[in-house]
Amino acid sequence: MDPNRLYQEVILDHNRKPRNWGRLAAPSHRAEGLNPLCGDHIWLTLNVADGRVAEIAFEGEGCAICKASASMMTANVKGRTVDEAEQLVREFRDMATGNLDASTPSHLGRLTVFSGVRDLPSRVKCAILPWHTLHAAFHAQATASTEGDADPIAQMG
Amino acid sequence: MSANPVLTPLHKHGALDVARIRAEFPILGLTVSGRPLAYLDNAASSQMPKAVIDRLVRYQSAEHANIHRGVHYLSEKATAEYEGARRKVQRFVNAREDREVIFTRGTTDSLNLVAHGFGRAFIGEGDEIILSHLEHHSNIVPWQMLCEERGAKIRVIPINDAGELLLEEYERLFSPRTRLVAVTHVSNALGTIVPVKEMIATARARGVPVLVDGAQAAPHMKVDVQDLDCDFYAFSGHKMCGPTGIGILYGKAERLEKMRPFEGGGDMILSVTFEKTTYNAIPYKFEAGTPPIAAAIGLGAAVDYLESVGMDRIAAHEHALLEYATAKLSAMPGVRIVGTAGRKAGVLSFTVAGVHPHDVGTILNEEGVAVRTGHHCAQPVMQRYGIAATARASFYLYNTFEEVDQLVAGIRRVQQIFA
Repeated sequence: MDPNRLYQEVILDHNRKPRNWGRLAAPSHRAEGLNPLCGDHIWLTLNVADGRVAEIAFEGEGCAICKASASMMTANVKGRTVDEAEQLVREFRDMATGNLDASTPSHLGRLTVFSGVRDLPSRVKCAILPWHTLHAAFHAQATASTEGDADPIAQMG
Repeated sequence: MSANPVLTPLHKHGALDVARIRAEFPILGLTVSGRPLAYLDNAASSQMPKAVIDRLVRYQSAEHANIHRGVHYLSEKATAEYEGARRKVQRFVNAREDREVIFTRGTTDSLNLVAHGFGRAFIGEGDEIILSHLEHHSNIVPWQMLCEERGAKIRVIPINDAGELLLEEYERLFSPRTRLVAVTHVSNALGTIVPVKEMIATARARGVPVLVDGAQAAPHMKVDVQDLDCDFYAFSGHKMCGPTGIGILYGKAERLEKMRPFEGGGDMILSVTFEKTTYNAIPYKFEAGTPPIAAAIGLGAAVDYLESVGMDRIAAHEHALLEYATAKLSAMPGVRIVGTAGRKAGVLSFTVAGVHPHDVGTILNEEGVAVRTGHHCAQPVMQRYGIAATARASFYLYNTFEEVDQLVAGIRRVQQIFA
């Protein structure tokens, strides 16, 4: 795979200038995401009102793939219903792991810039971590991890 | 050694013929991302020359049976080759006797064997174990588990900013309760060569035994366990041109004889009744069950191969590569070398300003360069430098100066992408 396909300008831009950076003062939902293998670590806070993601913010440290994925995720789910956001979590995971059903239209839009990670198994977790963490926040789990029993995506099946 | 008659005359004299050596490693002919592979991840695992691959094929094709059991031809043959490999390793590290060489699954298994066989027999509540800040997790966690079980304590030799052990601090860590020093010979994360011989003398003067983790040393330099005077020395086959699944624990016979077996099973016993089992003599006491026979014989072939090239010349070649790479990377703005000890093996850990090491590794891969990125199973070392991870290039006998140039070009590309 050509690195230009993964490290596209949109990813580099979100890495340089992450959107929705910070922490909400009084969030209705929050979760911490950790990828112990590479040290990616993010904190996600959000306010859900009337079943919609009214506000969302993240901060953390990690690789460009993780940071850009988190940034684009927050931009994407803001204003969406929790059900829509959960649908995106599933579609993003399927795309990143190469299991997206091409015959069914997805809601991923520009998030498909991350499709290149499917050829890089060690980087799939970097891209998925923010989405794990969002799922964990919706389900009131304090932490998400890309490893072991705490892996909420694995539990989603 | 008949397995590779071409090798001996070619490598005995003169400078290392790297082109000739490379031709002996089939995997080095690969292209990755359309570029020739520059394999710079040797500290994680090395590649295998044809002499070793062929030895494995020959064993499986014409010599395999279970060992120490049958009276038939193949069992006798396999046993002879397996024990022959043990004597090759004995020679390789200059052990006094072949029964001081135990085949294990790898360095981790060797270290756990000592934690169990020596630690559980001789380390109790309030006792102390000295480790260094440079240790790989595999020389930390078994001791933590032992300490938790026994109520013993770990004391840690600190390092300076260059990644060298503070030896005055080391001497101060000894107490009447010190039962063991467990220290790495070469840091896998930083490349620091640890002055283990002097440290062993210090411990010896206080009557404390020393375990050396030689996983990053034995493949790259001449190791003489009698000269070092260590009590235990552990290393792995797959980092020295041999197969995975095989490792070595050298131990002084008088130590090993007093130790508990690690695992119970066949081959490690002399007699078994339901009332009492009599254990076998060393080394068999520590080799329960059917061992990785093929891997052990493959390791023996790897030892032959490395000796045919010459450990001193391998070390000199790697040192030249390290110096060249260190000069090149030091001259790159934004590139920081982590680990600048005065004496280093062929390991170069670095960071690129503003870029996470995993992004560095992914882009280098697209340039055909294989490096390791992450914490290198040495998180205490990373914590010491206040970083989560580094990228690490590590060299072996088959690496070239052109591959270092390929690495440098790859790092430039990383910087362009993230500019």
